[in-house]
Amino acid sequence: MLKVEQLGIRFGGVVALDGVSFSVAEGEIYALIGPNGAGKTTLFNCVSGLYVPTGGSVFLDGADISSLKPFERARRGMTRTFQNLQIFEHMTVVENVMAGARIHEKGGILAHMLGLRSVKAQNAATRRQALAHLDQVGIADLADQMAGAQSYGVVKRLEIARALATQPRVLMLDEPVAGCNAIETAEVDAVIRDVARMGVTVVLVEHDMHMVMGLADRVHVLNQGRTLAVGTPEEIRRNAAVIEAYLGATEAADA
Amino acid sequence: MVTILQLIVSGLTVGAIYALVAVGFTLIYRASGIFNFAQGEFFMLGGMLAGIAMASYGLSYPVAALLACVITVIFGLALFLLGINPARSASPIQLLILTIGASLLARGLASAILGKDFVRLPQLLPWDVWRIGGVVIQVQAVAIVAGAFLIVSAMGIFLSRALTGKAIVAVAANTVGAQLVGINRVAVISLCFALSALIGSLGGILATPITLTSYDTGVMLAIKGFTGAMLGGVGKPYGPVIGGLLVGLLEAFGAGFLSSVYKDALALVVLLLVFALFPQGIFASRSVERV
Amino acid sequence: MRNKLASPYAPPVIIAASIVLISCLPLTNFQVRMATLLFIFSTVVLGKNLLMGYAGQISLGHGAFFGLGAYTVAIGAARYGLSPWLLTAMSLPAAGVIAWIIGRPILKLRGYHLAMATLAFGSIFAMVLTNAVHITGGPDGMALDMAAVRLFGMTPRWSWYWICGGVLVLAMYLLASLLDSPTGREMRAIHDSEIAAGVLGIDVAQAKLRAFVISAVFTTLAGCCFVMFDRYITPQSAGILRSIEFVTMTVVGGLGSAIGSIIGAAIFVVLPQFLTVFHEYEQAILGLILVIIMVLLPKGIAPSLAGWLRSRRASSC
Repeated sequence: MLKVEQLGIRFGGVVALDGVSFSVAEGEIYALIGPNGAGKTTLFNCVSGLYVPTGGSVFLDGADISSLKPFERARRGMTRTFQNLQIFEHMTVVENVMAGARIHEKGGILAHMLGLRSVKAQNAATRRQALAHLDQVGIADLADQMAGAQSYGVVKRLEIARALATQPRVLMLDEPVAGCNAIETAEVDAVIRDVARMGVTVVLVEHDMHMVMGLADRVHVLNQGRTLAVGTPEEIRRNAAVIEAYLGATEAADA
Repeated sequence: MVTILQLIVSGLTVGAIYALVAVGFTLIYRASGIFNFAQGEFFMLGGMLAGIAMASYGLSYPVAALLACVITVIFGLALFLLGINPARSASPIQLLILTIGASLLARGLASAILGKDFVRLPQLLPWDVWRIGGVVIQVQAVAIVAGAFLIVSAMGIFLSRALTGKAIVAVAANTVGAQLVGINRVAVISLCFALSALIGSLGGILATPITLTSYDTGVMLAIKGFTGAMLGGVGKPYGPVIGGLLVGLLEAFGAGFLSSVYKDALALVVLLLVFALFPQGIFASRSVERV
Repeated sequence: MRNKLASPYAPPVIIAASIVLISCLPLTNFQVRMATLLFIFSTVVLGKNLLMGYAGQISLGHGAFFGLGAYTVAIGAARYGLSPWLLTAMSLPAAGVIAWIIGRPILKLRGYHLAMATLAFGSIFAMVLTNAVHITGGPDGMALDMAAVRLFGMTPRWSWYWICGGVLVLAMYLLASLLDSPTGREMRAIHDSEIAAGVLGIDVAQAKLRAFVISAVFTTLAGCCFVMFDRYITPQSAGILRSIEFVTMTVVGGLGSAIGSIIGAAIFVVLPQFLTVFHEYEQAILGLILVIIMVLLPKGIAPSLAGWLRSRRASSC
């Protein structure tokens, strides 16, 4: 479903990514891990279109989307959440999710301005679906609260609900449980499994090893902008090079 | 050929003023991120106050100039300490609007208290014009360019040598970092406003003998100064100076060859072109935003 | 009742009711004129509110659109003898197209740059108006020769009261519908995070452009009403100061609030009347108000008031 070939990017003289490739099958949960500064978020930004890579290509369901802007990629079915949270603070929780459904809503601007009955009916339908997504992540009771006033854990889940509203084929999650407590982490974990079961391809960046190893089908380890190893969680756990990258050479010798 | 030289002379003269506006504007912008729309009013106040002090109150030139500078600096400090600093939670656009309000306030007060007439000031040096090979150079114009050069050089030395100056540079580079090493951000930015106001009033006093000043001249000066700052780029120290001079030259040549009626519009067109072609200024290096 | 008040259509209904109620009061001619001007400028501020308060883009050049509407009607009537109503109808799509053409490149700019670019466009237009004396009558402006309008036999003064009031209510209705629609949510999303809006599939550039075009059309319409009401137009009505006044009204009244738009316009229309003694200080006081509001109530009057009321209600529970 998603294929990345030889992606590379440099900022000035710094090579942040160098020849990274991977491919993810439909419905698979694919995790990107690596020490700080390995380039995970940079890779994310390149794949989702926020950065323009200096080399390489990105394919979505066989089609080359390398030159498409983020909003064009979203319309093809690729969306993402953000590490530093980009919710719409001045809108309510449910309105945030409704905004996610925008690409599936109809009507020209004239119809919207005239307030036709069809527009109102569509509003109601969109709201119902948004509430369903909120229910899926467990925050439906906060629907009409201002998004800007919510706690960190709620906002993290709101971002996921909002991304789901786009009905994505590929969902990219940037540290979905960073800063969450054990209960919240378990809830997000369950949501991701549900989503993957529905056929959505999930790519996530995470530092929580416990969660990643339990959740991911395959794991891709990055270090200093390059691919260090790719494999199932068990294979990665035993991989000496990976252990060395995370813990240092002397620790690896002791392991 | 003579015409071209003449245009260069007038372009550099006017450009020196724009360069001063650009420098004052950049000083505040780099240290605090604030877009000071009232920058032009510093020039207006300097010229107007000195002119009225001499004409209506019979003060001598040096005393009038000193008085004008003091009042303008007070205005600049008041703008920051009473207006901008208290509005801590305001967004950048709200702060811009605040400075627009301050500009309106200054203009309104000037037109009401000092009158709507143009104000004159005597020349700095006793001579009127010099003629060099058919080109007429107003001596005051030389004074303006020389004065601007002195001011900018003094600023440069201050910023790189004096401890206080270096504190300004530190705040400009990394506000939090500077505060962490004990630099008082409010004091530094207040200083920037005071310096900016001082540069402005001096520039206004130098320029008035040639350009004349009225309550209204601040806005276009601010816009042209900003154009100069954009053209030259706020990243390098000499950027605003070159930018301001360029704007002056473009304006002079435009007025000479195209149309003198629309010469103000020319600076605006240049501004739009700069936005379109060089969003980060001619001398700036490209940067990437981190998400 | 509270839910009804929260409906997006509450403001237009309230304003429509107010317009009717006020007309029943014994008003002097002067007060009717003030009210009509209030309706006209409120329409401008509504449009600006959409652009600044909801889509989050600033424009310091909307005076140009006001002047565009007014001068199109004035020039078209004077030189070509066309009906002002026809000219108004023509100027709206024209303004839309011009806004679309200017907006495409200009809205790529952010923050200060956008502010300055709009200022530049507005200033250039005002300069042209002032200097193209043969066409526009120069700095003295030009008159509109138009037959007196008598709506259902009312005096022209009252006819314009109802016409401009009607335009305002229509504008409020359109805005309320827009905000409660996918396009409206899109614009509000962009205001908060353009990046997030992008990855959700929203075409940010298009949405900004739409907000810009709509606000331009509202402002142009107001300009047409103004020149037909006042029978005269000068370049001052389209200059930098006028653009700044529009921004002032929008910001002081409150971004993101329809009622705030009207409050903001009211302050601007009514204030000079109280300042007749201090007429010279009008600009200074406008500037002072702007500074004070930005320091004390940066969100503007209406949202701050609403917030204060909300907190009082919460504390009394």
